[in-house]
Amino acid sequence: MREITFAEALGEAISEEMEKDPTIFTYGEDIAKQGGIFGAYKSLLGKFPERIFDTPISEEVIYGSALGAALVGMRPIVEFHFADFLFTGIQSITLQIEKIRYMTGGQGKLHLLLRGPDGISNSAAAQHSESIETIFMHTPGIKVIIPSTPYDIKGLIKTALKGDDPVICFEHKMLYKIKGLVPEEEYTIPLGVADIKKEGNDVTIVTMSHMVHESLKAAEELEKEDICAEVIDLRTLVPWDKNKVIESVKKTNHLVVAHETWKRAGWGAEITSVVQEEALDYLDAPIIRVGAKNVPMPFAPQLQDFVTPNYKDIIDAVKKVLR
Amino acid sequence: MSYPKDFLLNLYKTMVRIRNFEIMAEKLFLEGELPGFIHLYIGEEAIATGVIADLRKDDFITSTHRGHGHMIAKGANINRMMAELYGRTTGYCKGKGGSMHIADFSIGVLGANGVVGGGLPIAVGAGLGIKMKKTDQVVVAFFGDGASNTGAFHESLNFASIYKLPVIFVVENNKFASTATTKETTSIENISDRAVGYGIPGITIDGNDVITIYETAKEMIKRAREDGGPSLIEAKTYRIKGHFVGDPELYRDKKEVEEFWLNEPIRKFEKKLVEEKMLNETEKRKIWEDAQKEIEEAVTFAKESPVPNNEDALTDLFVNDSGYDY
Repeated sequence: MREITFAEALGEAISEEMEKDPTIFTYGEDIAKQGGIFGAYKSLLGKFPERIFDTPISEEVIYGSALGAALVGMRPIVEFHFADFLFTGIQSITLQIEKIRYMTGGQGKLHLLLRGPDGISNSAAAQHSESIETIFMHTPGIKVIIPSTPYDIKGLIKTALKGDDPVICFEHKMLYKIKGLVPEEEYTIPLGVADIKKEGNDVTIVTMSHMVHESLKAAEELEKEDICAEVIDLRTLVPWDKNKVIESVKKTNHLVVAHETWKRAGWGAEITSVVQEEALDYLDAPIIRVGAKNVPMPFAPQLQDFVTPNYKDIIDAVKKVLR
Repeated sequence: MSYPKDFLLNLYKTMVRIRNFEIMAEKLFLEGELPGFIHLYIGEEAIATGVIADLRKDDFITSTHRGHGHMIAKGANINRMMAELYGRTTGYCKGKGGSMHIADFSIGVLGANGVVGGGLPIAVGAGLGIKMKKTDQVVVAFFGDGASNTGAFHESLNFASIYKLPVIFVVENNKFASTATTKETTSIENISDRAVGYGIPGITIDGNDVITIYETAKEMIKRAREDGGPSLIEAKTYRIKGHFVGDPELYRDKKEVEEFWLNEPIRKFEKKLVEEKMLNETEKRKIWEDAQKEIEEAVTFAKESPVPNNEDALTDLFVNDSGYDY
């Protein structure tokens, strides 16, 4: 199997599906000529000139137009530039895309994909660092995928492009350049199936996105102290793989949920709540959440580091939960 | 009016059907028969009728919270519309949408919309999809003067203009955005002037004259169909009824309503038809009676239709799975 980057795997998924399906086209800001500000579309440069194009900075109409295009039979892929900017056009998603099929009694298929970068990177500060996936878990009507590896993004994007429901994909900025094994033959990954990135018996760490890598680093450190952590990458938040999480908790009896978004009312709170509702008897200690401190992201590198959760916070949480 | 009698009478019938639907909806709502909110199109019937008269079945429209007229003009089934107002399973949305969310994708109605300006980006997207598919379909986005003050309006016109999308933007300027007057909320007298800023044609017309509306729309639809790009039509009319049924209307003088009522579109068109001997008393009575009968039958259909089961609330979110139990 060959090694390719996360961005290349994304590009392959889109390119292969575009070859097969003439209704797929993709648009957004800075993608056609530049390949995306974090290089997400670099491998697509020069391909499909009529089906990949740059748009004005008009978020509400970019997202809303994806809905209109899907309703007339196309499969649009929209790049949202920075997850933070979703807020500037949010009504097109939360009031239109998420609701129109339901409120019209199941008319139409909203095969559209919104995708783009999120997460904390080098001092991008408060308006370019957010992870806002929890909002789309809270508001029903769109599926949420958050891959952490090249293998996962290719398989999940393919599933999204073959399905008939609206999907939003968050790609952490720090992941685009990471490399991983990706088979050359066709494969897909179903939504709602978590991946155990590392097996263990002492504690379960449920995580996603860049925090998968922080969790694996934490698990490696913990091994040195004979603590064997199981790292579960949910991969998709809507739907999320409740069964796999509960199975793991039944085995380890301890749970830490780690995400980069704010701790307060982040999706970790939902996971925590469901696990205590359905598997309280299997827990030997309260569940602990790891997340960003509840402030907008500060600019100064030292402050950013202080606010951002990392593998050390996960190690601390694991030790606390095992105490 | 050098048009065949059939064509003119069809326009008249459509307007009368819309009027009667609205009169019935108002009555039923005031009697406590209908849940939710009802926004009436009374006095604005000429716009939907005139514009849609030149659309094909495979063309698309987006509508508004005041959308019954657009639905009827595009060929919607009145029984299913009324059943939706009643929240019944036979309604267009199986009782999940109600008046503000009626849609029939099969006849190109991409939905009424409860968000002011919410339909514009969807219309632009339909236009973008058509452009990508390289067909000669067009899209009409209906919206009010209130929507012309949203960001969605300005983003949509620019977006449609730069890609030359086949979208006709029709602003129904009924002089009110909810309880505020257009005059106090809008920076200019003619909303069509805003087209200049986006490099597309803009025209203001009498929104109570169905023939003028038809002729203007026809020209803009032809333009869009032939890859000439988008345009903005402002149809000036007057909202005879309140923002919603039950609106106390503290913001206007009843006399003003009476004055505008004299210029309402059906009476205006009727006068012309009678003058030109296209419509006699007997024909007129029959058209009104047929419309009333049709609406009464729709009410019976709706009332006899089943109410939804609770489990129905948990379907129709996604295609590939239920979407609620995780």
